[in-house]
Amino acid sequence: MTAVFENEVVTEAKVRYLNLPGLSGEFALITIDNGHDHTRPSTFGPGGLASLDAALDEIAAHSPAPVAIGVTGKPFVFAVGADLSGVPAVTDAAAAREIAETGHRVFRRLKDSSVPTFAFVNGVALGGGLELALHCGYRTMASTTMVAFPEAFLGLVPGWGGTQLLPNLIGIDPAVTVIVENALAQNKMTPASKTAELGIADALFEPADFLERSLEWAVGVLGGSVTVDRPEVDRSAWDAAIERARGIVAARTRNASPGAVRSVELLDLARNGVEGDAFTAGTRAEDDALTELLMSDPLRASLYSFDLVNKRAKRPAGAPDKSLARKVTKVGVVGAGLMASQLALLFVRQLKVPVVLTDIDQARVDKGVSYVHGELDKLAQRGRLNPDRLNQLKGLVSGSLSKDVFADADLVIEAVFEEMSVKQQVFAEVEAVVSPECVLATNTSALSVTEMASELEHPERVVGLHFFNPVAVLPLLEVVRAERTDDATLATAFAVGKSLKKSCVLVADAPAFVVNRLLTRFLGEVTASVEQGTPVAVANRALDPLGLPMTPFELLTLVGPPVALHVAERMHEAFPDRFAVGEGLRRMVELGKSSVYSEPGVVDPDLAGIDSGDSPLTEEQVRRRAVEALAQEIRLMLDEGVVQAVQDIDLCMVLGAGWPFWLGGISAYLDRAGVSEQVTGSRFLPRGVASLPA
Amino acid sequence: MSRSLREVVFVDGVRTPFGKAGPKGMYAETRADDLVVRVIRELLRRNPALPADRVDEVAIAATTQVGDQGLTIGRTAALLAGLPKSVPGYAIDRMCAGAVTAVTTTASGIAFGAYDVAIAGGVEHMGRHPMGEGADPNPRFFSEKIVDGSALVMGSTAENLHDRFPHLIRERADAFALASQQKYAEAVANGQIGPELVTVSTRSAEQGWGLATVDEPPRPQTTLKGLATLKTPFRPHGHVTAGNAAGLNDGATGCLLAAEDVARELGLDIGMRLVGYGFAGVEPEVMGIGPVPSTEKALARTGLSIGDIGLFELNEAFAVQVLAFLDHFGIADDDERVNPWGGAIAVGHPLASSGVRLMTQLSRQFAERPDVRYGLTAMCVGLGMGATVIWENPNWEGDE
Repeated sequence: MTAVFENEVVTEAKVRYLNLPGLSGEFALITIDNGHDHTRPSTFGPGGLASLDAALDEIAAHSPAPVAIGVTGKPFVFAVGADLSGVPAVTDAAAAREIAETGHRVFRRLKDSSVPTFAFVNGVALGGGLELALHCGYRTMASTTMVAFPEAFLGLVPGWGGTQLLPNLIGIDPAVTVIVENALAQNKMTPASKTAELGIADALFEPADFLERSLEWAVGVLGGSVTVDRPEVDRSAWDAAIERARGIVAARTRNASPGAVRSVELLDLARNGVEGDAFTAGTRAEDDALTELLMSDPLRASLYSFDLVNKRAKRPAGAPDKSLARKVTKVGVVGAGLMASQLALLFVRQLKVPVVLTDIDQARVDKGVSYVHGELDKLAQRGRLNPDRLNQLKGLVSGSLSKDVFADADLVIEAVFEEMSVKQQVFAEVEAVVSPECVLATNTSALSVTEMASELEHPERVVGLHFFNPVAVLPLLEVVRAERTDDATLATAFAVGKSLKKSCVLVADAPAFVVNRLLTRFLGEVTASVEQGTPVAVANRALDPLGLPMTPFELLTLVGPPVALHVAERMHEAFPDRFAVGEGLRRMVELGKSSVYSEPGVVDPDLAGIDSGDSPLTEEQVRRRAVEALAQEIRLMLDEGVVQAVQDIDLCMVLGAGWPFWLGGISAYLDRAGVSEQVTGSRFLPRGVASLPA
Repeated sequence: MSRSLREVVFVDGVRTPFGKAGPKGMYAETRADDLVVRVIRELLRRNPALPADRVDEVAIAATTQVGDQGLTIGRTAALLAGLPKSVPGYAIDRMCAGAVTAVTTTASGIAFGAYDVAIAGGVEHMGRHPMGEGADPNPRFFSEKIVDGSALVMGSTAENLHDRFPHLIRERADAFALASQQKYAEAVANGQIGPELVTVSTRSAEQGWGLATVDEPPRPQTTLKGLATLKTPFRPHGHVTAGNAAGLNDGATGCLLAAEDVARELGLDIGMRLVGYGFAGVEPEVMGIGPVPSTEKALARTGLSIGDIGLFELNEAFAVQVLAFLDHFGIADDDERVNPWGGAIAVGHPLASSGVRLMTQLSRQFAERPDVRYGLTAMCVGLGMGATVIWENPNWEGDE
């Protein structure tokens, strides 16, 4: 056994021997507990596995020999898997293999136990926690809990038996759903009711008396009064399910995430069952996969991304002291178009304060308010709002033609036409009505916030709040500090962003901030490749090896050519030598085309000739060009001080553009592909931060 | 409108195993409200014929109504137990007679027609809430000599009772205590005590989860010789010891009460029929004598005499206090009608919960004893009170 991870919060396995009514002989109950409350769930590192191993030794030596063994968790939590915090310290394959093998060896003691074993899954069970439960002969679950295998999402495999045990318990197709499909769908969890349906749980009990009922049930199983029927696993279903899994992995990751690919391979292997040698072979294959993955750059980049999303996103770098934030008790939204209406919906749902929309004519105002009311009604129909909350929220949303209604607002956000003079005029009109402290926010995607504020009496109250479409879904909020924005305004912006449940990143008032700047640069290189003669199809698949969530031209359609053109034009003005405005894009906008394709795979005949240049590039060349441009742009952004650190750029790309964990946003990929050093002379991150250590 | 009173029946009663209060007790890290939740859920589970939304009231007693015993524990426990939100609940307090009062109050509501079905019970986690926690006695009690200082120390009131009845010597108290331990142990061995218990999962941060399945306080190895050596903490060379008094305990009890016609309509079991009850006050300095006047009152109001009572379940806060009761009514210390399964000296006395333990036990004895028609549960109460409830055995096979 390797030494305990440095700073490992050791999950201890504590054993008690219980005399249960109706059972002769003692029942050994193991509680796994890391000594913290539910906000720090139990995980298994080397120290935790050693403790469980020792507990099983103790039980084996106990006299009289217990008649059964149960495992349960501390209050509200079963266990959430392997302790990944120590992975950065794993520097060689032997150490990685030891983690894999130790988990297998210790958990297998439960599977091979000579007495019946039970898992009483009292709370959330993820990854290795669920694998521990799967090694037991029987499982009860608290009716309110959830389980998941997040490994494929993180770039790993459920490598402590999960890929072998689950399909041999519930069948391969449902196992593909849990291990592959759900993991790659933003790590969707499986609720207890579903686990019972699938056969992961043998019985569900309500949390109020979960352990008492579970123990009673276990006594029933041991005494024969409770029988557990497990349907025969259908071996003939394997091929079709594996094919489905491959399809999911290809669609979601373009096979760029080794963890997802390996998970499918292991599930395929599980067709041989989990008895005796077959299980040994299956777990050895898991050891191999875990060892390779743990010692791979993509996994290290994934863990870096995971950390950004879970830690840095919650404590935005550079944000002023929270105590400076002012209370926001009423919000104004200038404009009642779709973006403005979406913002109004978000504000009213999350802040639960009055939200007033204004626009230039009554029809627009009415349309905006009725959009918000309609969306609230839909939420109520789906059971997401009860009738009282629906009444409350609808009552909070109103519209007006006059900006006088903003008089007592604490924050007014504009979402009007992207034209500097229009926005300046709007802010001037608002300033004439509101208090001197009222925060004025702009949702501009590319205009200068500083310029927008320049004519105001109180420019220090202006801040950019750049949301991403669809506003309700995308978690990123770029908080833009303009030249004169003061700390109180900025603190209020961060506080509002947090209340809106967005992950805020502080950005400077630089053209197009972070996400749009990089996406525009990147798309510009791809479209320029097309214009110089690269076939659309070649350019469109050139980035596939990165596994981005969509191809360049899918992205263009999602952003919308008019918006893309607007931003591209702004960027061209700012940085004419790096940002071109493609003729093809102009044509698309002129012709009102939302896609280069008229039907899947067929370039719209109206756009014929957009790739008529005479120096086509290969896929490889397009990719090089695009990623080199990204490296160059990121370096410039860091030099300009657009963000506090490259981590913020990565966080923005993960949360705002959905760029994958295994690229580490993007800098980890650029570093490991050697692009950063080649283009900018140095890496963005030292070795070991989002990659294997040196 | 015209009214007629309805008969009230005790359908079923359950309790948690009783624990020793304090950091080493089995419930040291278990919340009081969780004990009550467990009791309520088990009552409903054991009586599946009762739709949960037919429960009209949840009355839960606790002496110290703060923290996990605060926030209107009858309501919080009902919500936490998963009863429909339409079921109301309240907290009630008459110190040791809390659960008794929960029963008589809700039973009166049933008789009056305000409820069909009620849950009544009590809880006391004396480990988390030591006796007198947060109490702030009015200084007038002492400046005007409304009570003697000893009135607030229960052990001292028991010593005062020895003073009042000098023939109730320590040896009689010890002999009674020994019998309590022995009768309890025998009842457990016979399976008479046990079926009414609900298991409770017990958290220990140190040791992991456990399960409470049996009472923790009993001392089956007790001997007269051992009892004689115990210290008298309330008075030098006194009479009252840890051996001839109930301990400091944690536990919860609960029972299901219903109008008799509703119980029959729903097909619920009938364990006992309520005959009547009485509460009475006495001098706080000798609170242990309380059950004497409360019993006289209950007998007078029901038209029964002490001779009609075939079984007595008397709370054993102190042996001397039970002896005073028996002495008054001319019943022998070792009369087999009295506490046939032992009492609080053995099993423990989590203050406000104990009344329903007595009732649950009496109803189970009734089931075994069709020859007995009436039984009585009684207890003394701090600040000088007594509580008595008289019950009729529905299994009685005699003639009217």
